[in-house]
Amino acid sequence: MSLPLYDNGVASGLLCGMLFGYVLENAGLGSPRKLTAQFRFSDWSVFKVMFTAIVVAAIGLYAATAFGLMKSGSIFIPTTFFWATLGGGALIGAGMAIGGYCPGTSSVALASGRLDGLFFIVGMVVGTALFAGVFDRIEGFYNAAAGPASQTLPQLFGLPEWAVLAILLILAILGFVAGTMFEKIYGGPLTAEQVEEGGDAAAVMEIEIVEIRAG
Amino acid sequence: MPRIVRPFWPPLIAGIALGLVLLLTFWLNGYGLGASGFFTRLTAWLGGELAGPMTQANSYLGPFLKGTNPLASWISWEIVGVMLGGLAAAVAGGRFRPRLDGAPRLGGGGRIAMALGGGVLTGFGARLARGCTSGIGLSGSAPLAVAGFLFLVGFFIVGIAVSFLTRRAWA
Repeated sequence: MSLPLYDNGVASGLLCGMLFGYVLENAGLGSPRKLTAQFRFSDWSVFKVMFTAIVVAAIGLYAATAFGLMKSGSIFIPTTFFWATLGGGALIGAGMAIGGYCPGTSSVALASGRLDGLFFIVGMVVGTALFAGVFDRIEGFYNAAAGPASQTLPQLFGLPEWAVLAILLILAILGFVAGTMFEKIYGGPLTAEQVEEGGDAAAVMEIEIVEIRAG
Repeated sequence: MPRIVRPFWPPLIAGIALGLVLLLTFWLNGYGLGASGFFTRLTAWLGGELAGPMTQANSYLGPFLKGTNPLASWISWEIVGVMLGGLAAAVAGGRFRPRLDGAPRLGGGGRIAMALGGGVLTGFGARLARGCTSGIGLSGSAPLAVAGFLFLVGFFIVGIAVSFLTRRAWA
């Protein structure tokens, strides 16, 4: 058997998505207050969960290739378009600092009853339509400063893959230690109880009343 | 009746679990997890329904309307799965509750405005970056793509900077 299976089917989509959503919600990443607390350094769950996942998956992909289960170059690796990649990341960072979510976490938020997640999704559809509307005018910027196709860190730095993995692992450990220190200074990460008990922007009943008055 | 709220998983456990899910996704499909791709297809589909000729003529969304339904894609099923998985975890953890989540001082209207505004920036940014926190940040960084890490640098630096302006709305 050789990986990947290139299944791409309905069952695979449902399975991968369900596991993804289940883990995100259990990590607390459906909460916009927990997500935005990362940017104030008081809750490092976003960094810790993401960096751990990247290191685990990177080691798994490396090991599978080393043991001959997977051919190198057989999975999708995005290409850098310097300004678009950096600028898009910046806009999504700003979007999370303002709106409280990113695309995946807003879906989990909606599934856990957060109606603000639905408004964020409506905003994303509008933002996507705006992008499509100006696409012809920004296409130059969109494709500017393209890197080599599917370039990886080992290729960029001329290092063997295991060395890059080792550096990432060390950075992850240092990030965990630093993050935990910051969390202690700021009174600890948000717990599930704090997320559930602590202030809502508005209870659903109040919104309905506001809407009736506005109408 | 008091609800029993179960604690979140420790970040290390959740991170390892997410890494294994991401690995499984790569091995099953040849690509990783994503999210914004679905919302692009949703926008194309809505555009096709509401403003067909304009959307078909659009150089970015038009190609999605050629051939089959733009929603008929792996990523649509993945997002359906994300919502089902998120719902299952929230219900099992005693964390499901209809609400507008955010700081009380923001109020309902303020929270809705911020969610919409942040969503607009995110929708635009995800198309510019050719993916989002999941599709480029997570799934690009796992195979060590330069693009994935470059995305995350922009994401964290600007997120931290803008957070200085919005911290009163969230803290």
